[in-house]
Amino acid sequence: MPSETESGSVTAGKSATAEPMISLSNVHKSFGDTEVIKGISFDVAKGDVVCIIGPSGSGKSTLLRCINALVPIDGGSIRVEGQEVHDANLDRLALRKKVGMVFQQYNLFPHKNALDNLMMAPIKVLRQDKKEVRERALKLLEKVRLSGKEDAYPGELSGGQQQRVAIARALAMNPDIMLFDEVTAALDPETVKEVLLTIRELAEEGMTCILVTHEMGFAREIADHMYLTDRGVIVEHGPPAEFFDNPKDERTRSFLGQIL
Amino acid sequence: MLAQISQWFIWLNQTTGINLTIVYDSYDRGRMIDGFLNTIYLSLICLVISVIIGVIGAWLQRSSLKWTRRLVQGYIQLFRNTPPLVQLYFFYFAIGSLMPKIENKYGIMQPILSNWDWAIISLSFFAGAFNVEIFRSGIEAVPKATVEAAESLGFNRLQVYLYVVLPLAFRVCLPALSNNLVNLVKTTSLAYAIAVPEMLYVANQIWSDNLNVPEMMTFLLFAYVFLVGILVWAMNRLERRLQLPGYGG
Repeated sequence: MPSETESGSVTAGKSATAEPMISLSNVHKSFGDTEVIKGISFDVAKGDVVCIIGPSGSGKSTLLRCINALVPIDGGSIRVEGQEVHDANLDRLALRKKVGMVFQQYNLFPHKNALDNLMMAPIKVLRQDKKEVRERALKLLEKVRLSGKEDAYPGELSGGQQQRVAIARALAMNPDIMLFDEVTAALDPETVKEVLLTIRELAEEGMTCILVTHEMGFAREIADHMYLTDRGVIVEHGPPAEFFDNPKDERTRSFLGQIL
Repeated sequence: MLAQISQWFIWLNQTTGINLTIVYDSYDRGRMIDGFLNTIYLSLICLVISVIIGVIGAWLQRSSLKWTRRLVQGYIQLFRNTPPLVQLYFFYFAIGSLMPKIENKYGIMQPILSNWDWAIISLSFFAGAFNVEIFRSGIEAVPKATVEAAESLGFNRLQVYLYVVLPLAFRVCLPALSNNLVNLVKTTSLAYAIAVPEMLYVANQIWSDNLNVPEMMTFLLFAYVFLVGILVWAMNRLERRLQLPGYGG
Protein backbone atom coordinates (compact mmCIF):
# COMPACT_ATOMS: atom_id res chain seq x y z
CA MET A 1 0.00 0.00 0.00
CA PRO A 2 1.35 3.45 -0.83
CA SER A 3 2.09 5.46 2.27
CA GLU A 4 3.34 8.96 2.99
CA THR A 5 6.67 9.01 4.77
CA GLU A 6 7.91 11.86 6.90
CA SER A 7 9.97 13.29 4.09
CA GLY A 8 6.95 13.23 1.86
CA SER A 9 8.15 10.65 -0.67
CA VAL A 10 5.90 7.83 -1.72
CA THR A 11 6.83 4.24 -1.02
CA ALA A 12 4.97 1.30 -2.38
CA GLY A 13 5.41 -1.80 -0.25
CA LYS A 14 8.88 -3.31 -0.29
CA SER A 15 9.56 -2.21 -3.84
CA ALA A 16 10.72 1.24 -2.96
CA THR A 17 12.71 0.64 0.21
CA ALA A 18 16.00 1.00 -1.65
CA GLU A 19 17.51 1.19 -5.09
CA PRO A 20 16.08 -1.62 -7.23
CA MET A 21 18.18 -4.78 -7.41
CA ILE A 22 17.80 -4.86 -11.17
CA SER A 23 16.81 -1.96 -13.31
CA LEU A 24 16.18 -2.14 -17.06
CA SER A 25 15.49 0.97 -19.00
CA ASN A 26 14.63 1.15 -22.67
CA VAL A 27 16.61 -1.98 -23.56
CA HIS A 28 17.02 -2.73 -27.26
CA LYS A 29 18.50 -5.82 -28.85
CA SER A 30 18.71 -7.02 -32.44
CA PHE A 31 20.04 -10.17 -34.01
CA GLY A 32 21.03 -9.11 -37.49
CA ASP A 33 18.05 -7.27 -38.94
CA THR A 34 15.60 -8.73 -36.48
CA GLU A 35 14.92 -6.55 -33.46
CA VAL A 36 13.91 -8.93 -30.68
CA ILE A 37 13.75 -6.45 -27.79
CA LYS A 38 12.26 -3.07 -28.60
CA GLY A 39 12.57 -0.88 -25.58
CA ILE A 40 11.84 -2.84 -22.43
CA SER A 41 11.99 -1.17 -19.01
CA PHE A 42 11.27 -2.58 -15.56
CA ASP A 43 12.67 -2.69 -12.06
CA VAL A 44 13.03 -5.63 -9.72
CA ALA A 45 13.31 -4.95 -6.01
CA LYS A 46 15.33 -7.07 -3.60
CA GLY A 47 13.46 -10.21 -2.67
CA ASP A 48 10.92 -9.84 -5.44
CA VAL A 49 9.86 -12.66 -7.68
CA VAL A 50 9.11 -11.56 -11.20
CA CYS A 51 7.59 -13.84 -13.81
CA ILE A 52 7.80 -13.11 -17.51
CA ILE A 53 5.42 -14.89 -19.84
CA GLY A 54 4.72 -14.49 -23.49
CA PRO A 55 4.63 -16.26 -26.83
CA SER A 56 7.77 -17.94 -28.21
CA GLY A 57 10.16 -15.57 -29.88
CA SER A 58 8.98 -12.60 -27.88
CA GLY A 59 12.47 -11.99 -26.51
CA LYS A 60 12.01 -13.40 -23.00
CA SER A 61 15.06 -15.64 -22.95
CA THR A 62 17.19 -13.03 -24.67
CA LEU A 63 16.18 -10.55 -22.01
CA LEU A 64 17.41 -12.86 -19.25
CA ARG A 65 20.70 -13.41 -21.08
CA CYS A 66 21.18 -9.65 -21.34
CA ILE A 67 20.86 -9.27 -17.58
CA ASN A 68 23.99 -11.31 -16.89
CA ALA A 69 25.82 -10.07 -19.99
CA LEU A 70 25.73 -13.36 -21.88
CA VAL A 71 24.27 -11.31 -24.72
CA PRO A 72 25.26 -7.68 -25.31
CA ILE A 73 22.50 -5.12 -25.79
CA ASP A 74 22.32 -2.52 -28.53
CA GLY A 75 20.67 0.29 -26.63
CA GLY A 76 19.35 1.34 -23.25
CA SER A 77 20.70 0.38 -19.89
CA ILE A 78 20.66 -2.57 -17.51
CA ARG A 79 21.82 -2.03 -13.95
CA VAL A 80 22.34 -4.85 -11.48
CA GLU A 81 22.85 -3.65 -7.92
CA GLY A 82 23.79 -0.26 -9.28
CA GLN A 83 26.36 -1.63 -11.72
CA GLU A 84 25.86 -0.93 -15.42
CA VAL A 85 25.99 -4.34 -17.11
CA HIS A 86 26.75 -3.13 -20.60
CA ASP A 87 29.82 -1.16 -19.79
CA ALA A 88 32.99 -1.98 -21.72
CA ASN A 89 34.90 -2.12 -18.44
CA LEU A 90 32.36 -4.37 -16.77
CA ASP A 91 33.77 -6.78 -14.21
CA ARG A 92 32.00 -9.83 -15.59
CA LEU A 93 33.08 -12.05 -12.76
CA ALA A 94 31.62 -9.67 -10.16
CA LEU A 95 28.35 -9.57 -12.09
CA ARG A 96 28.10 -13.32 -12.55
CA LYS A 97 28.87 -13.91 -8.91
CA LYS A 98 25.74 -11.94 -8.12
CA VAL A 99 23.52 -13.41 -10.81
CA GLY A 100 22.88 -17.16 -10.99
CA MET A 101 21.22 -18.64 -14.04
CA VAL A 102 19.35 -21.88 -14.69
CA PHE A 103 18.61 -23.04 -18.23
CA GLN A 104 15.88 -24.95 -19.99
CA GLN A 105 18.25 -27.77 -20.99
CA TYR A 106 19.99 -27.89 -17.56
CA ASN A 107 23.40 -27.57 -19.25
CA LEU A 108 25.27 -29.47 -16.58
CA PHE A 109 28.87 -30.47 -17.21
CA PRO A 110 28.42 -34.08 -18.35
CA HIS A 111 32.01 -35.06 -17.51
CA LYS A 112 31.65 -34.13 -13.84
CA ASN A 113 29.53 -35.79 -11.19
CA ALA A 114 26.80 -33.85 -9.38
CA LEU A 115 29.04 -32.73 -6.53
CA ASP A 116 31.83 -31.61 -8.86
CA ASN A 117 29.32 -29.71 -10.98
CA LEU A 118 28.55 -27.65 -7.89
CA MET A 119 32.13 -27.32 -6.73
CA MET A 120 33.84 -26.41 -9.99
CA ALA A 121 32.97 -22.72 -10.25
CA PRO A 122 33.51 -21.77 -6.58
CA ILE A 123 36.91 -23.47 -6.64
CA LYS A 124 38.15 -22.47 -10.10
CA VAL A 125 36.49 -19.08 -10.40
CA LEU A 126 36.20 -17.78 -6.85
CA ARG A 127 39.28 -19.72 -5.69
CA GLN A 128 37.54 -20.70 -2.49
CA ASP A 129 38.80 -23.35 -0.12
CA LYS A 130 37.98 -26.83 -1.42
CA LYS A 131 36.87 -28.25 1.91
CA GLU A 132 34.58 -25.36 2.63
CA VAL A 133 33.08 -25.49 -0.87
CA ARG A 134 32.51 -29.21 -0.51
CA GLU A 135 30.57 -28.74 2.71
CA ARG A 136 28.46 -26.03 1.12
CA ALA A 137 27.86 -28.15 -1.98
CA LEU A 138 26.71 -31.12 0.10
CA LYS A 139 24.28 -28.87 1.96
CA LEU A 140 22.95 -27.49 -1.29
CA LEU A 141 22.39 -30.97 -2.69
CA GLU A 142 20.49 -31.77 0.47
CA LYS A 143 18.47 -28.59 0.03
CA VAL A 144 17.39 -29.66 -3.47
CA ARG A 145 16.65 -33.14 -2.09
CA LEU A 146 19.46 -34.92 -3.91
CA SER A 147 21.46 -36.23 -0.99
CA GLY A 148 23.05 -39.50 -2.00
CA LYS A 149 23.39 -38.43 -5.64
CA GLU A 150 26.74 -36.71 -5.13
CA ASP A 151 28.61 -39.22 -7.26
CA ALA A 152 26.01 -39.55 -10.01
CA TYR A 153 26.89 -38.09 -13.39
CA PRO A 154 24.35 -35.91 -15.21
CA GLY A 155 23.71 -38.69 -17.73
CA GLU A 156 22.64 -40.94 -14.87
CA LEU A 157 20.09 -38.49 -13.47
CA SER A 158 16.52 -37.80 -14.58
CA GLY A 159 15.64 -34.45 -16.11
CA GLY A 160 14.14 -33.16 -12.89
CA GLN A 161 17.16 -34.26 -10.91
CA GLN A 162 19.52 -32.66 -13.40
CA GLN A 163 17.60 -29.42 -13.21
CA ARG A 164 17.80 -29.43 -9.43
CA VAL A 165 21.55 -30.02 -9.64
CA ALA A 166 21.67 -27.04 -12.02
CA ILE A 167 19.82 -24.89 -9.50
CA ALA A 168 22.15 -26.01 -6.73
CA ARG A 169 25.13 -25.31 -9.00
CA ALA A 170 24.00 -21.73 -9.50
CA LEU A 171 23.35 -21.37 -5.76
CA ALA A 172 26.85 -22.61 -4.94
CA MET A 173 28.14 -19.23 -6.11
CA ASN A 174 26.00 -17.53 -3.42
CA PRO A 175 24.17 -15.28 -5.89
CA ASP A 176 21.86 -12.42 -4.90
CA ILE A 177 19.67 -12.92 -7.94
CA MET A 178 18.50 -16.05 -9.75
CA LEU A 179 17.38 -16.15 -13.36
CA PHE A 180 15.28 -19.10 -14.48
CA ASP A 181 14.90 -19.58 -18.22
CA GLU A 182 11.93 -21.90 -18.86
CA VAL A 183 13.46 -24.36 -16.44
CA THR A 184 10.56 -26.80 -16.53
CA ALA A 185 9.86 -26.66 -20.26
CA ALA A 186 11.86 -29.80 -21.03
CA LEU A 187 10.47 -31.83 -18.12
CA ASP A 188 7.57 -34.22 -17.86
CA PRO A 189 4.66 -33.12 -15.63
CA GLU A 190 5.68 -35.38 -12.75
CA THR A 191 9.18 -33.96 -12.42
CA VAL A 192 8.04 -30.39 -12.98
CA LYS A 193 6.64 -30.43 -9.45
CA GLU A 194 9.91 -31.24 -7.75
CA VAL A 195 11.71 -28.45 -9.59
CA LEU A 196 8.97 -25.92 -8.86
CA LEU A 197 9.06 -26.89 -5.20
CA THR A 198 12.75 -26.07 -5.09
CA ILE A 199 12.17 -22.70 -6.74
CA ARG A 200 9.30 -21.93 -4.39
CA GLU A 201 11.51 -22.58 -1.38
CA LEU A 202 14.13 -20.24 -2.77
CA ALA A 203 11.55 -17.52 -3.35
CA GLU A 204 10.22 -17.95 0.16
CA GLU A 205 13.73 -17.52 1.54
CA GLY A 206 13.78 -14.11 -0.07
CA MET A 207 15.93 -14.77 -3.14
CA THR A 208 15.38 -12.21 -5.88
CA CYS A 209 14.14 -14.22 -8.84
CA ILE A 210 13.24 -13.59 -12.45
CA LEU A 211 11.46 -16.48 -14.11
CA VAL A 212 10.62 -16.93 -17.74
CA THR A 213 7.96 -19.59 -17.61
CA HIS A 214 4.96 -21.23 -19.16
CA GLU A 215 3.73 -22.56 -15.81
CA MET A 216 0.84 -20.13 -15.33
CA GLY A 217 -0.49 -21.68 -12.14
CA PHE A 218 2.93 -21.57 -10.58
CA ALA A 219 3.59 -18.02 -11.76
CA ARG A 220 0.34 -16.87 -10.25
CA GLU A 221 1.19 -18.38 -6.88
CA ILE A 222 4.77 -17.31 -6.65
CA ALA A 223 5.10 -14.02 -8.50
CA ASP A 224 5.07 -10.59 -6.93
CA HIS A 225 4.80 -9.12 -10.36
CA MET A 226 3.85 -10.48 -13.78
CA TYR A 227 5.01 -9.30 -17.20
CA LEU A 228 3.74 -10.32 -20.59
CA THR A 229 6.06 -9.66 -23.50
CA ASP A 230 5.09 -9.90 -27.13
CA ARG A 231 7.21 -9.00 -30.15
CA GLY A 232 9.88 -7.39 -28.03
CA VAL A 233 7.78 -5.11 -25.84
CA ILE A 234 6.00 -5.40 -22.50
CA VAL A 235 2.33 -5.63 -23.31
CA GLU A 236 0.98 -5.80 -19.81
CA HIS A 237 2.23 -6.05 -16.26
CA GLY A 238 0.85 -6.07 -12.78
CA PRO A 239 0.37 -8.10 -9.63
CA PRO A 240 -0.68 -11.66 -10.51
CA ALA A 241 -4.27 -11.46 -9.24
CA GLU A 242 -5.02 -8.46 -11.39
CA PHE A 243 -2.91 -9.68 -14.27
CA PHE A 244 -4.66 -13.04 -14.57
CA ASP A 245 -8.20 -12.11 -13.54
CA ASN A 246 -8.55 -8.75 -15.15
CA PRO A 247 -6.13 -8.35 -18.05
CA LYS A 248 -6.50 -5.02 -19.78
CA ASP A 249 -4.72 -5.68 -23.06
CA GLU A 250 -6.35 -7.72 -25.79
CA ARG A 251 -3.09 -9.59 -26.46
CA THR A 252 -2.85 -10.67 -22.82
CA ARG A 253 -6.40 -11.94 -22.94
CA SER A 254 -5.80 -13.93 -26.09
CA PHE A 255 -2.46 -15.32 -24.83
CA LEU A 256 -3.92 -16.37 -21.50
CA GLY A 257 -6.93 -17.76 -23.35
CA GLN A 258 -4.66 -20.02 -25.38
CA ILE A 259 -2.60 -21.16 -22.42
CA LEU A 260 -5.12 -21.61 -19.62
CA MET B 1 67.91 -70.28 -22.59
CA LEU B 2 69.02 -67.31 -24.66
CA ALA B 3 71.92 -69.40 -25.94
CA GLN B 4 69.52 -72.15 -26.99
CA ILE B 5 67.32 -69.71 -28.87
CA SER B 6 70.40 -68.32 -30.60
CA GLN B 7 71.47 -71.84 -31.48
CA TRP B 8 68.08 -72.57 -32.96
CA PHE B 9 68.17 -69.47 -35.17
CA ILE B 10 71.67 -70.33 -36.33
CA TRP B 11 70.41 -73.82 -37.17
CA LEU B 12 67.38 -72.24 -38.95
CA ASN B 13 69.76 -70.18 -41.06
CA GLN B 14 71.92 -73.17 -41.91
CA THR B 15 69.05 -75.44 -42.88
CA THR B 16 66.53 -73.04 -44.49
CA GLY B 17 68.53 -69.92 -45.27
CA ILE B 18 66.19 -67.77 -43.14
CA ASN B 19 68.76 -65.48 -41.59
CA LEU B 20 67.61 -63.51 -38.55
CA THR B 21 70.92 -62.13 -37.37
CA ILE B 22 69.10 -59.83 -34.96
CA VAL B 23 68.38 -62.84 -32.77
CA TYR B 24 71.70 -64.65 -32.63
CA ASP B 25 74.22 -61.92 -33.45
CA SER B 26 74.70 -59.69 -30.43
CA TYR B 27 75.92 -56.74 -32.51
CA ASP B 28 72.90 -56.79 -34.83
CA ARG B 29 70.59 -57.43 -31.89
CA GLY B 30 71.95 -54.37 -30.11
CA ARG B 31 71.50 -52.26 -33.22
CA MET B 32 67.93 -53.39 -33.67
CA ILE B 33 67.02 -52.80 -30.02
CA ASP B 34 68.43 -49.28 -30.33
CA GLY B 35 66.44 -48.73 -33.52
CA PHE B 36 63.28 -50.04 -31.89
CA LEU B 37 63.74 -47.78 -28.86
CA ASN B 38 64.55 -44.83 -31.12
CA THR B 39 61.29 -45.35 -33.01
CA ILE B 40 59.40 -45.42 -29.71
CA TYR B 41 61.24 -42.34 -28.49
CA LEU B 42 60.61 -40.43 -31.72
CA SER B 43 56.95 -41.48 -31.71
CA LEU B 44 56.35 -40.45 -28.10
CA ILE B 45 58.01 -37.04 -28.41
CA CYS B 46 56.19 -36.22 -31.65
CA LEU B 47 52.94 -37.52 -30.20
CA VAL B 48 53.14 -35.21 -27.20
CA ILE B 49 54.27 -32.16 -29.19
CA SER B 50 51.68 -32.72 -31.93
CA VAL B 51 48.86 -32.96 -29.38
CA ILE B 52 50.06 -29.74 -27.76
CA ILE B 53 50.14 -28.10 -31.21
CA GLY B 54 46.60 -29.37 -31.78
CA VAL B 55 45.26 -27.95 -28.52
CA ILE B 56 46.92 -24.56 -28.94
CA GLY B 57 46.09 -24.38 -32.65
CA ALA B 58 42.43 -25.13 -32.05
CA TRP B 59 42.39 -22.41 -29.39
CA LEU B 60 44.03 -19.88 -31.73
CA GLN B 61 41.63 -20.85 -34.49
CA ARG B 62 38.81 -19.42 -32.38
CA SER B 63 40.70 -16.17 -31.83
CA SER B 64 38.88 -12.94 -32.51
CA LEU B 65 41.90 -11.70 -34.45
CA LYS B 66 41.52 -12.36 -38.16
CA TRP B 67 45.25 -12.75 -38.81
CA THR B 68 45.73 -15.24 -36.02
CA ARG B 69 43.01 -17.41 -37.54
CA ARG B 70 44.52 -17.03 -41.00
CA LEU B 71 47.95 -17.98 -39.75
CA VAL B 72 46.63 -21.18 -38.21
CA GLN B 73 44.68 -21.93 -41.37
CA GLY B 74 47.80 -21.36 -43.47
CA TYR B 75 49.80 -23.70 -41.27
CA ILE B 76 47.16 -26.42 -41.59
CA GLN B 77 46.94 -26.07 -45.37
CA LEU B 78 50.70 -26.16 -45.77
CA PHE B 79 51.26 -29.26 -43.68
CA ARG B 80 48.18 -31.16 -44.65
CA ASN B 81 48.55 -30.64 -48.35
CA THR B 82 52.21 -31.56 -48.77
CA PRO B 83 53.83 -35.00 -48.44
CA PRO B 84 55.55 -35.57 -45.11
CA LEU B 85 58.74 -36.69 -46.83
CA VAL B 86 58.90 -33.41 -48.73
CA GLN B 87 58.34 -31.56 -45.46
CA LEU B 88 61.15 -33.48 -43.83
CA TYR B 89 63.55 -32.69 -46.69
CA PHE B 90 62.41 -29.08 -46.67
CA PHE B 91 63.18 -28.70 -43.00
CA TYR B 92 66.42 -30.64 -43.00
CA PHE B 93 67.97 -29.55 -46.30
CA ALA B 94 66.37 -26.16 -46.99
CA ILE B 95 65.91 -24.59 -43.58
CA GLY B 96 68.67 -26.66 -41.97
CA SER B 97 71.24 -25.33 -44.44
CA LEU B 98 70.34 -21.76 -43.56
CA MET B 99 70.78 -22.31 -39.84
CA PRO B 100 74.00 -21.18 -38.13
CA LYS B 101 76.62 -23.79 -37.28
CA ILE B 102 78.26 -24.22 -33.91
CA GLU B 103 81.46 -25.91 -32.80
CA ASN B 104 80.95 -29.25 -31.08
CA LYS B 105 83.11 -30.70 -28.34
CA TYR B 106 85.56 -32.21 -30.87
CA GLY B 107 86.09 -28.79 -32.44
CA ILE B 108 84.12 -29.63 -35.58
CA MET B 109 81.54 -27.21 -36.93
CA GLN B 110 78.09 -28.78 -36.93
CA PRO B 111 74.53 -27.54 -37.52
CA ILE B 112 72.78 -26.09 -34.52
CA LEU B 113 69.91 -28.55 -35.00
CA SER B 114 70.66 -32.23 -35.65
CA ASN B 115 68.80 -34.59 -37.96
CA TRP B 116 67.03 -35.86 -34.82
CA ASP B 117 65.83 -32.35 -33.99
CA TRP B 118 64.57 -31.80 -37.51
CA ALA B 119 62.76 -35.13 -37.57
CA ILE B 120 61.01 -34.24 -34.30
CA ILE B 121 60.09 -30.76 -35.53
CA SER B 122 58.94 -31.89 -38.94
CA LEU B 123 56.88 -34.89 -37.83
CA SER B 124 55.31 -32.96 -34.94
CA PHE B 125 54.22 -30.15 -37.25
CA PHE B 126 52.88 -32.70 -39.73
CA ALA B 127 50.76 -34.57 -37.19
CA GLY B 128 49.96 -31.33 -35.36
CA ALA B 129 48.24 -29.86 -38.43
CA PHE B 130 45.82 -32.78 -38.46
CA ASN B 131 45.40 -32.58 -34.69
CA VAL B 132 44.28 -28.94 -34.94
CA GLU B 133 41.50 -29.96 -37.29
CA ILE B 134 40.63 -32.97 -35.15
CA PHE B 135 40.38 -30.88 -31.99
CA ARG B 136 38.37 -28.26 -33.86
CA SER B 137 35.81 -30.89 -34.85
CA GLY B 138 35.58 -31.92 -31.20
CA ILE B 139 35.21 -28.34 -30.01
CA GLU B 140 32.43 -27.69 -32.48
CA ALA B 141 30.56 -30.68 -31.09
CA VAL B 142 30.43 -29.15 -27.59
CA PRO B 143 26.95 -27.63 -27.17
CA LYS B 144 26.94 -23.85 -27.08
CA ALA B 145 24.49 -24.03 -24.20
CA THR B 146 27.06 -25.84 -22.04
CA VAL B 147 29.57 -23.09 -22.75
CA GLU B 148 26.93 -20.49 -21.91
CA ALA B 149 26.25 -22.21 -18.59
CA ALA B 150 29.95 -22.10 -17.76
CA GLU B 151 30.11 -18.41 -18.66
CA SER B 152 27.10 -17.69 -16.47
CA LEU B 153 29.06 -19.24 -13.59
CA GLY B 154 31.81 -16.71 -14.06
CA PHE B 155 34.35 -18.80 -15.99
CA ASN B 156 36.47 -16.66 -18.30
CA ARG B 157 37.26 -17.68 -21.87
CA LEU B 158 40.39 -19.64 -21.01
CA GLN B 159 38.73 -21.37 -18.06
CA VAL B 160 35.76 -22.36 -20.19
CA TYR B 161 38.20 -23.82 -22.73
CA LEU B 162 40.31 -25.69 -20.20
CA TYR B 163 37.67 -27.02 -17.82
CA VAL B 164 34.63 -27.51 -20.04
CA VAL B 165 35.25 -27.34 -23.78
CA LEU B 166 38.51 -29.26 -23.99
CA PRO B 167 37.54 -32.19 -21.74
CA LEU B 168 34.33 -32.67 -23.70
CA ALA B 169 35.90 -32.06 -27.10
CA PHE B 170 38.70 -34.48 -26.29
CA ARG B 171 36.19 -37.27 -25.71
CA VAL B 172 34.44 -36.56 -28.99
CA CYS B 173 37.60 -36.52 -31.06
CA LEU B 174 39.45 -39.44 -29.46
CA PRO B 175 38.70 -41.92 -32.27
CA ALA B 176 39.97 -39.47 -34.90
CA LEU B 177 42.94 -38.60 -32.71
CA SER B 178 43.81 -42.30 -32.38
CA ASN B 179 43.84 -42.63 -36.15
CA ASN B 180 46.15 -39.69 -36.57
CA LEU B 181 48.54 -40.87 -33.87
CA VAL B 182 48.68 -44.32 -35.48
CA ASN B 183 49.58 -42.53 -38.68
CA LEU B 184 52.26 -40.56 -36.85
CA VAL B 185 53.93 -43.68 -35.46
CA LYS B 186 54.09 -45.15 -38.95
CA THR B 187 55.33 -41.90 -40.44
CA THR B 188 58.33 -41.85 -38.08
CA SER B 189 59.87 -44.36 -40.51
CA LEU B 190 60.39 -41.43 -42.89
CA ALA B 191 63.09 -40.13 -40.54
CA TYR B 192 65.11 -42.87 -42.28
CA ALA B 193 65.55 -40.41 -45.14
CA ILE B 194 67.62 -38.02 -43.01
CA ALA B 195 69.59 -40.82 -41.32
CA VAL B 196 67.84 -40.86 -37.96
CA PRO B 197 68.68 -44.35 -36.68
CA GLU B 198 65.13 -45.53 -36.15
CA MET B 199 63.90 -49.03 -36.92
CA LEU B 200 63.80 -48.81 -40.71
CA TYR B 201 67.25 -47.21 -40.89
CA VAL B 202 68.75 -49.85 -38.67
CA ALA B 203 67.04 -52.63 -40.60
CA ASN B 204 68.57 -51.23 -43.76
CA GLN B 205 72.04 -51.32 -42.20
CA ILE B 206 71.50 -54.90 -41.09
CA TRP B 207 70.28 -56.18 -44.42
CA SER B 208 73.14 -54.38 -46.19
CA ASP B 209 75.58 -56.34 -44.02
CA ASN B 210 73.82 -59.71 -44.16
CA LEU B 211 71.84 -59.60 -47.39
CA ASN B 212 68.74 -60.74 -45.50
CA VAL B 213 66.27 -58.25 -46.96
CA PRO B 214 63.11 -60.44 -46.89
CA GLU B 215 63.70 -61.44 -43.28
CA MET B 216 64.25 -57.87 -42.11
CA MET B 217 61.28 -56.57 -44.06
CA THR B 218 59.05 -59.17 -42.48
CA PHE B 219 60.42 -58.38 -39.08
CA LEU B 220 59.77 -54.65 -39.65
CA LEU B 221 56.14 -55.30 -40.54
CA PHE B 222 55.57 -57.27 -37.36
CA ALA B 223 57.44 -54.73 -35.26
CA TYR B 224 55.18 -51.93 -36.50
CA VAL B 225 52.06 -54.03 -36.03
CA PHE B 226 53.22 -54.62 -32.47
CA LEU B 227 53.97 -50.93 -31.77
CA VAL B 228 50.79 -49.60 -33.31
CA GLY B 229 48.86 -52.38 -31.56
CA ILE B 230 50.06 -51.12 -28.20
CA LEU B 231 49.10 -47.56 -29.09
CA VAL B 232 45.63 -48.59 -30.27
CA TRP B 233 45.12 -50.66 -27.14
CA ALA B 234 46.12 -47.72 -24.94
CA MET B 235 43.86 -45.31 -26.83
CA ASN B 236 40.92 -47.70 -26.56
CA ARG B 237 41.49 -47.98 -22.84
CA LEU B 238 41.61 -44.21 -22.55
CA GLU B 239 38.41 -43.95 -24.58
CA ARG B 240 36.61 -46.35 -22.27
CA ARG B 241 37.93 -44.64 -19.17
CA LEU B 242 36.78 -41.22 -20.35
CA GLN B 243 33.38 -42.39 -21.51
CA LEU B 244 30.68 -40.16 -20.03
CA PRO B 245 28.54 -42.17 -17.62
CA GLY B 246 24.95 -42.31 -18.79
CA TYR B 247 25.76 -41.43 -22.40
CA GLY B 248 25.96 -44.06 -25.10
CA GLY B 249 26.86 -47.69 -24.44
